[in-house]
Order: sequence, then C-alpha cells, then structure tokens
Amino acid sequence: MKLDSKIPEGPLSEKWTNYKAHQKLVNPANKRKINVIVVGTGLAGASAAASLGAMGFNVDIFCIQDSPRRAHSIAAQGGINAAKNYQNDGDSIYRLFYDTIKGGDYRAREANVYRLAEVSNNIIDQCVAQGVPFARDYGGTLDNRSFGGAQVSRTFYARGQTGQQLLLGAYSALSREIARGSVKLHERHEMMDLVVVDGRARGIITRNLVTGELERYAAHAVVVASGGYGNIYYLSTNAMNSNGSAAWQCHKKGALFANPCYVQIHPTCIPVHGDYQSKLTLMSESLRNDGRIWVPKKKEDAEAIRAKKLKPTDIPEEDRDYYLERRYPAFGNLVPRDVASRAAKERCDAGYGVGTGLAVYLDFADAIQRLGRDVVEARYGNLFQMYEKITADNPYETPMMIYPAIHYTMGGLWVDYELQTTIPGLFAAGEANFSDHGANRLGASALMQGLADGYFVLPYTMQNYLSDQIYVGKISADTPEFDKAEAEVRDRMNKFLEIGQNATEKHTVDHFHKALGHIMWEYVGMARNVESLNTAKKEVAALEARFWKEVCVPGKAEEFNPELEKCYRLADYFELAKLMISDAMHREESCGGHFRTEHQTEDGETQRDDQNFMYVGAWEYQGHDVEEVMSKEDLKYEYITIAKRNYK
Amino acid sequence: MKFTLHIWRQENAHAKGHFETYNVDNISAECSFLEMLDILNEQLLNDHITHPVCFDNDCREGICGMCGLYINGRPHGNDDGITTCQLHMRKFTDGEDIWIEPWRAKAFPVIRDLVVDRTAFDKIIQAGGYVSTTTGGVPDANSILIPKHKADQAMDAAACIGCGACVAACKNASAMLFVSAKVSHLALLPQGQVEAADRVQKMVCKMDELGFGACTNTYACEAECPKQIKRQNIARLNRQWIGSLFGRDRKDN
Repeated sequence: MKLDSKIPEGPLSEKWTNYKAHQKLVNPANKRKINVIVVGTGLAGASAAASLGAMGFNVDIFCIQDSPRRAHSIAAQGGINAAKNYQNDGDSIYRLFYDTIKGGDYRAREANVYRLAEVSNNIIDQCVAQGVPFARDYGGTLDNRSFGGAQVSRTFYARGQTGQQLLLGAYSALSREIARGSVKLHERHEMMDLVVVDGRARGIITRNLVTGELERYAAHAVVVASGGYGNIYYLSTNAMNSNGSAAWQCHKKGALFANPCYVQIHPTCIPVHGDYQSKLTLMSESLRNDGRIWVPKKKEDAEAIRAKKLKPTDIPEEDRDYYLERRYPAFGNLVPRDVASRAAKERCDAGYGVGTGLAVYLDFADAIQRLGRDVVEARYGNLFQMYEKITADNPYETPMMIYPAIHYTMGGLWVDYELQTTIPGLFAAGEANFSDHGANRLGASALMQGLADGYFVLPYTMQNYLSDQIYVGKISADTPEFDKAEAEVRDRMNKFLEIGQNATEKHTVDHFHKALGHIMWEYVGMARNVESLNTAKKEVAALEARFWKEVCVPGKAEEFNPELEKCYRLADYFELAKLMISDAMHREESCGGHFRTEHQTEDGETQRDDQNFMYVGAWEYQGHDVEEVMSKEDLKYEYITIAKRNYK
Repeated sequence: MKFTLHIWRQENAHAKGHFETYNVDNISAECSFLEMLDILNEQLLNDHITHPVCFDNDCREGICGMCGLYINGRPHGNDDGITTCQLHMRKFTDGEDIWIEPWRAKAFPVIRDLVVDRTAFDKIIQAGGYVSTTTGGVPDANSILIPKHKADQAMDAAACIGCGACVAACKNASAMLFVSAKVSHLALLPQGQVEAADRVQKMVCKMDELGFGACTNTYACEAECPKQIKRQNIARLNRQWIGSLFGRDRKDN
C-alpha cells in the first residue's frame, strides 16, 4: 500500500500554520449535525471529546472503567514537557523537537514532532486555565524539573501525580461538556468492533460490561484513543484492564499498524518478587534527578548482598559502581530510558545485580546529605511512601531497588499528519497511534503528546475530514454492515464460552496470559536476536493453539463477566504478538527500544542502519494466521542532521 | 500464610446477597490483597465450582481509585493512607478470618459481588466541578501568579482519587469530603474564583439529590481517606456555601 503522510508544504516551522490557514472548516450550524465517536477517556480521548464537544459537534465517548477519571493516564507520575523556556536555560521549540527526534533514535516523522513541540506551550496554558495545580516557585511562577534525554529543565509537574492532575483537568472539561449535553458518556462500555461502510469508518459495536448487551453506535468519524498494548507482556506498569483490542479491531478492519516492535522498557520499576505478581509498579523517572544508580564493583559484594550477608550501606563509596555516571558522563543518571534499562540489564546479567539478582540500587543518600531530608521529602514524598508500602523498606535509610519493566508502546496504528489512519474517518490519538516518539519515547512526552493530539491537533484536522460529511446526513446503525459486525462479535463471545465446556484439559485466561507474557519478555523483550525471535514465534503459535482448545471462561455473555473480557482481549494479544515478532525479525538493526544483539557497537550501544531501515514499517492484516504485509513510509530528515545517538 | 475469607456474593443489583466462606493457603506475606483474591479466583476457576469473585481494580498502584473493598470493617483495610491494592498480606496475621464487603451506600448500588456503581460521583462533578474554559484562548500560564502555599493546598485537595472510601466510612454515607475536596481545590485558585459561588451551590444540591447523607462532622471520612484529604476542606466548603448565599455574584441577585 502506498502511504501518504500528507505533510503540508513549506518550511518546517510554518507547516502547521500553513495547514491551519488552508484547511477546510465546518460552520457552527453544521457542526450540530455531525456525530463523532471517541473511544477512550485518557488524556487524548477526554481532551479530544471535550474540545470537539465545545466546538459544537455531537460526541459519544466510551470507557471500559466506571468513570472517565480512571483511564491509565492517571498513573503518570513525573511530568509534562513544554518548550516554555521559563528557566532561561536555552530551551526552544526547536530544541524540544530536536531532543524528541534524537531521543526517538531518528525513527519519528519530523513534521509531526515539530508540531508537537510547537503546541506544547499551549498545553501548559490550557491546563493552568483549567485549574491544574502545577508546582510553583515562591514568587508564584511555575516550577520545572529535569527529565531524561534533555539538558534543560522543561518538565512541568504536580508532585508525583502529574498524570492524575492533567487527566482530572481534561475530565473536568469533559464533565462540563457532558453537563452541556454536547458529549454523551458511556462508561463500562467496551469497543468490540469497528464498522466500515463504503470504505469509511462509520461506527462501532460496543459491549455493555454490566449487562453484557451488544450495542451499536453510528457516527461520521471515529477516534480511537485506547492506549497501548504493553500488557501483552502480562507484567507491565500498565493498569490491569489496559488492552490493545480496540486498536487491534481497527487493524483487522484495514487500518495499518506501524512499528509494533518498538516497546519502551522503563528503567526504574519495583523488581518482580513472586509468580503470583499481577503488575509492576513504576517509580518515576524524576527520581533520577537526585537519585544515583549503582551496583557493587566487586562480584563477591553483590553475592553477599543477595545472600543477605551484607547491606547496601555496608559497601564503601570506592566499591560502588555508578555505572551510568561512568559510561555516560555527559548525561549521567539522566540518560534516556532505553539506555538506562539496557545498562541495568548488562550489569545484572554480568552478575552484579542485587536483591534477587535482577535489581540495582537507586540511592538518595547523597541527595539527602546535600539538600536535607525535608527537600527530598517535598520533591518525592509520595513516591517514597508508595515504595515503602509495597516493599516495607524505607528509602530514606536504604537505597531503593529497581529493575526495568515494560512501560509504553511506541508502535500503534499508522496515522498521517492529520492523525487519520488508512481507513478514512478513523483517527487515532495518544499512545494508540505510532506517530511522535520514533523508536523510544522521552520521559514526560506521553502526557504532552496525548494532550497535543486531543486539544490542539484533532479539533483542527478532523474538521478537514468532516467538512464534506455535512452532505451525507445522519448515519444509520441499522444497516447490513452493522448487522454483520454485531453477529460476528456475538459468535466470538459464544465461541469463548463453549471452549471450556467441551475441553478435557482446562486452564484459566490468566494461565495463558502469564505464559504469553513470559515468552514475550524472554524473547521479544529488552534484547532480541534471530534465535530468540524464532523461539518466540514457535512458542506463541503453540500456546495460541492450546488457548483455543483449553481456555475456560465461566458464566454467560449476557452478564457482568470479567473473565470473558480478559479472554477476548488475550485472543487479540496472540495475533499482535505474532506481528511484533515479525516486525522485530525484519528490522535488522538496533534502534531505541528495539535492541537486536547482532547489531551493537563494541561498547554495547545500539547500532542503527540508516541506509536500510530509516522508515516506518506499517503492517496490513491479511486474516488469522496469515503473515501480514508490510508497507514502508520513508523518513526524510530535512531540518535535522542525522547523528549517532550519543549521551556520553 | 493461610486465611479464611468471608466474602459478600451478590449476583446483580436486584438479587439478594450473602456471605460465602472460602479458604486460601500458601499466601506469601509480600503478596498484595488483590493478588490474594486473584489466587482465590484462580482456585475457584480451577475447581469449576463457581463464578469467580468480582471486584473492581485497575492501576494497582493506588492512583486510579477503581478498587475499594470494605475489609474487616474498614474501607481499604487496616492501614492508613492506602488503597485496597496497596494493602499487603504482611498486615494480617496468619490464620486470620477476613471479612470482605463492597462499599455500602444508597448512592452506590451493587453491580455484582464487590463491584459498586459510583457514577453518582461523576454526576456531582458534572454539576459544577470545573472551571468553564474551552480549548484555546487562554492567557500565558505564568500570567496567573499563585502563591506557593495556595498552590500546595490546592494540590492537597486535588489529590482525591474519587474512590468513595469517605462515603463508605460515613455512617450517613455522606459525600462531603469528596465534594469539599473539589470545591476547595478550585476555590483556592484564582482560576476558580469566578464561578466559586455557583459551583458550591450546584455541587451540594446535586450531592443531596443523588441520595448521599448529611455530614455530622464525625470525620470517619478523613480517617479512612487513602489520600489523606483533610477535614478542613469540609469547613471551607461550609464557608463557601454560606458565602454563596449572600455573595453578590450569586446568579439570581
């Protein structure tokens, strides 16, 4: 398929201005006649629905939780980037753009990222106007902190709960529109399928999670803002209910899926402690502002610590290896996430890990001595408390133990400059699309992207699409396409419920999900190679075959049935896993979060192959168990000099 | 560790509920409370006896507000400043009997087992828990100066996760702490001033209309709040409410 990214004409800094000046609009009287569906109420979905509703469109918004405020954006801790340059430290739109492209290992689209940097400042203004209580300095102005991959302080924050406060801001704007009647909220509703009529996205089939009823919603356009697919690994920092199914249904209906193998592994999470574990908890990247990461220099010390014969505080300064400061003197503990994660894995694999052997220290002793306990508490108090509640260790007295964990997926539905997928009328926003982070996302950029897409991009670009939709009239949900989609969903539900009834060997959904997660983490995780990917391919196929014969789901489809929900989401993960493996296999280079052990420099850094792989790989679904077909979108860098990504 | 669990089972909103007793064994002290329930459910599913126990949960790190169980007579269990998902089995003694119930409040009807419907909270926010801005057309962020201590106080109030523990803890099932947290968050900031009088009126009226009880100042809500929202917010709400009755910016003046 030929991919047209629809990048506007003109110099980089004028593209967005030019686009807005020449795009088509919908007049206020006509907006009332247009229906839009938004799936997901995280930062991207809530902000898009609130903005579109305020403009006058009729919006239906859906979430799987009991309230829009529960979307997983709420768990983002550290902050949101913007190029305000309030600190006078040399920041600018260009620098934020440059850092984001470099952080993404030169695998993101220039024009999209520049626009993101451009609107970043509007986001901060918007959120403050809503009453988001960002941290402030004594003079009453906004405060900033530093994040990985940048040499300026451009991150705005609200203690360790920035995502929560930004989401509540978007939720409040959304609530206002719901009260005004422009947005209709459907909580505990899950999108089960996308309905395409004459090649355009025209609606969705949903399942009411309380009653199990299938419902139909028709609209002139559909926005999917359903987040990422990190839970494919079972253990991740994602919420339990986060899933990739809404996006995957769009993919099955013809939307291309881009760069599925780009997965972000966050370096600072609480390590795994047992096989009953259900999720991994993130410790904010902001901790790396003041925390120093180390492992013992001597193997025998590491062994003694693992055997609980030595405590970290027993290790003298000269016997500690602050390996990030050693390897990357320029960025030190603030190297980007992929670099920090790999460095931790390298030390642990070499036998220097602490705890269970799969952990390193994040130490605040220096910061407490330098700044005083009060200052450290004011900055990170809630994170320290959270850590103590989980581990029963006091980080003021002993270093935290951390290890990398799956956190974010850069891959997602392919979108053009307008955030439109390859299905006309279907848009994707936030983590659900692939567009802005390349092969690795910088910290505090997910919140920026979600809100940029929802507040400042979609409200413009969707109008360009909707301008000719005023002629088509109301879209009916009573058509053969809706009938067919609904029948397929119903059959699928029934199939899942039947498997267990007839099976001799039965297993729960979680049994299969844990097994899939294990395969993905071992063979398609932090380090990949031909051999591991081949193993993964075989094991996923075998596991999927067993799943379709042995999975056991209790109860009925027409009732509140969380096991059934988990089951249909897992079925999609099996297909997605196979696609991730194919994508990782074909990309014979290392870039960002995708590390192929065959392609590394002598000192263990990623080795890109710009000659052959400077493109976006977008995959097209061909049917169950049929190898997907890839199309390329070549990445052209006109305003940035490609360089080796160096943080030394 | 092993435990005897007494869990509230109720098929749907209209069915009659009852306690059911289950035993779990070999539970690690490092296991979280919800992971212990996962183990129980895995056990129930493998034994093919019954439908697993339904309970709401999502982020499992104490921020989404989705989980909420009444454990041995306390919302979110026997620890301070945590949600149910942050409760760990090391807080219990081996062999203990544990009673697990859903939130009990008229405004939060049961959906199934331990899952309740908290959409009433959304309706209260929709009644006025926002600053009326539309996207774009707002001033530069630093043009609104806010004293640090005010911003900090607003943040304290804004930390509410909307879990409903305050309502569950209250003998009257009052939502005063929840409502006052939002009223305070916005009343403490200059951005919230314009609509302050109207906001407190609308939110309090909506709270009453939805069947939440009255506040009798026992502060069980404050004691059980996982985010330790302070009762001073309730006092601030009351001041705002009285002020709004006489204020010049009242709508019908």
